[in-house]
Amino acid sequence: MSENRRISFRNPADESFTTKLLLVAVSLVFLAFFLFLPLVSVFFEAFREGWVTYEEALLEPDAWAAIQLTLLVAAIAVPLNLIFGLAASWAIAKFEFKGKAFLITLIDLPFSISPVISGLVYVLLFGSGSLLGPFLKSYGIEILFAVPGIVLATVFVTFPFVARELIPLMQDQGTGDEEAALSLGASGWQTFWYVTLPNIKWGLLYGVLLCNARAMGEFGAVSVVSGRIRGLTNTMPLHVEILYNEYNMVAAFAVASLLALLALVTLALKTFLELRFGAGAAGGRH
Amino acid sequence: MEVRINTIRKEFDRFAALNDVSLDIASGELIALLGPSGSGKTTLLRLIAGLDFPTAGQIFFGEEDASHHSVQERNVGFVFQHYALFRHMTVAENIGFGLKVRPSASRPAKAEIRKRVSDLLDMVQLSGLENRYPNQLSGGQRQRVALARAMAIEPRILLLDEPFGALDAKVRKELRRWLREFHDRTGHTTVFVTHDQEEALELADRVVVMSQGKIEQVGSADDVYDRPQSPFVFSFIGESSHLPVEVKDGTVLFQGEPIGVSGQADTAGDLFFRPEDVVLTEERDALFGKVTASRRLAGTRIAEIDIANNGHDPYHVEIEVPLHAPIELGSEARFRPTRWKIFTK
Repeated sequence: MSENRRISFRNPADESFTTKLLLVAVSLVFLAFFLFLPLVSVFFEAFREGWVTYEEALLEPDAWAAIQLTLLVAAIAVPLNLIFGLAASWAIAKFEFKGKAFLITLIDLPFSISPVISGLVYVLLFGSGSLLGPFLKSYGIEILFAVPGIVLATVFVTFPFVARELIPLMQDQGTGDEEAALSLGASGWQTFWYVTLPNIKWGLLYGVLLCNARAMGEFGAVSVVSGRIRGLTNTMPLHVEILYNEYNMVAAFAVASLLALLALVTLALKTFLELRFGAGAAGGRH
Repeated sequence: MEVRINTIRKEFDRFAALNDVSLDIASGELIALLGPSGSGKTTLLRLIAGLDFPTAGQIFFGEEDASHHSVQERNVGFVFQHYALFRHMTVAENIGFGLKVRPSASRPAKAEIRKRVSDLLDMVQLSGLENRYPNQLSGGQRQRVALARAMAIEPRILLLDEPFGALDAKVRKELRRWLREFHDRTGHTTVFVTHDQEEALELADRVVVMSQGKIEQVGSADDVYDRPQSPFVFSFIGESSHLPVEVKDGTVLFQGEPIGVSGQADTAGDLFFRPEDVVLTEERDALFGKVTASRRLAGTRIAEIDIANNGHDPYHVEIEVPLHAPIELGSEARFRPTRWKIFTK
């Protein structure tokens, strides 16, 4: 055989080796400095005085109460937004109605306004100077500076996540599969359960994870409505700030590391889902 | 099951997609709804299925007024344009779906469902593919899975929306023949929508030609091709040319001159004729014009001819000529229609 000369073609969209190296280096250095280093330092600070101190900091009653409250708030806010997100995206993607564009804009509202304002809205709505606050109080219902207020503020801030994830997905899928199921005799509920839900499950799970991450990490809105009563209305992010302001670094970083860990687990799950979800979406539509 | 459509009207935001359409479909018939996009053919199919509801009018299944029955109650088999197979279910699960979702009183046992699914797979010649997912099938195979799925519920009628629209030409032709055989074997009343006239003419017992929300003509392939009843049908089905003419004293006049064609009642209108229905002539009374192009078409030749129009844009007509006819570019061609129809304006 004669020698095979390899002819190399340059991809028009390709860059030279040095440019590539430079781009990769810049992004890596940037990531290391602004993301990786701070994250490592959180864990480093948290464990600076050993595992025992770390454990004590987390099991300290006020910290433990904050952890429980955070989980409770997420446990209420996430399912609520799951239901709302499903309902809203179903309505937007599968039906035509007046005011649809307005509804889509409204869903984005919590993304576009500052969380502090979101919190203040509830203070205005349920505060002592409002109409609703004293009325509910006369029935013994506390909203502000209590768990209901924190849940409300969290629901408000996190409600775009599930809907935003599902609307494009459901719009893309259209109503063909549902119509097919109905024409085969399935009831509305069977159609939802056997056809719609399986079609959106990965997107839904992804939205729920993002929603959960934000629900546990929310600071601004919650800080306005919580009143920061130690052991009662402090969530984990608020508790971290209090400890930090008291120069209780190890405890502050211990709680912070737990919060960061939750975020990392969410991120790992999300990446895993993206791999599966991405593969499913690629071969899915026909 | 015969289907009777009685002055159906369907409006979308006051736009009438269907305008008082009536149609009787006999039991066991294979009917094509043919028309350009926007003619209302798919809307009509969806109304028969119960996927949409009419603004006015009724639909009867046999003696039963089905107008207000839901799609589930109507028990129709619907094959969607893009098949709408459930992508997370296997072929077998797709086909068995309609049986699985039945209320427990009428739901067959699991073994029975499995048997029915395998019978249906045999019928659509896909045995052995039970455990494949839709994205592992070719377009033609998906199409047949969709058909088997629709047949599984023992539908009273079978409705197909552009059944071959998404397939390549070769598979299309095979499946067309296959569907005809399938229909003859099962004897279901079948309605399918298409914009492909060849498909409609070849496959259907009767073709329903639709345009702008109305039925233009219903008839066999021969009827709609040889005896078109409206200018639309004449120009939509097959090739045709038309010229404005007058009829006076039994003679057809074009631009005031006789063209060797006889007419009946005195009128003014459009003369329609097909390219193959003309004959070249040397006579004085004929149509004539300049040959602007000629192209070979299998066993014949098509000549494009411009007929002068008193300084306006010329009339453009196409005629079929024998392969060795003395037709040259730029020369004059004289011809007469041998079959034609005049539609009064």
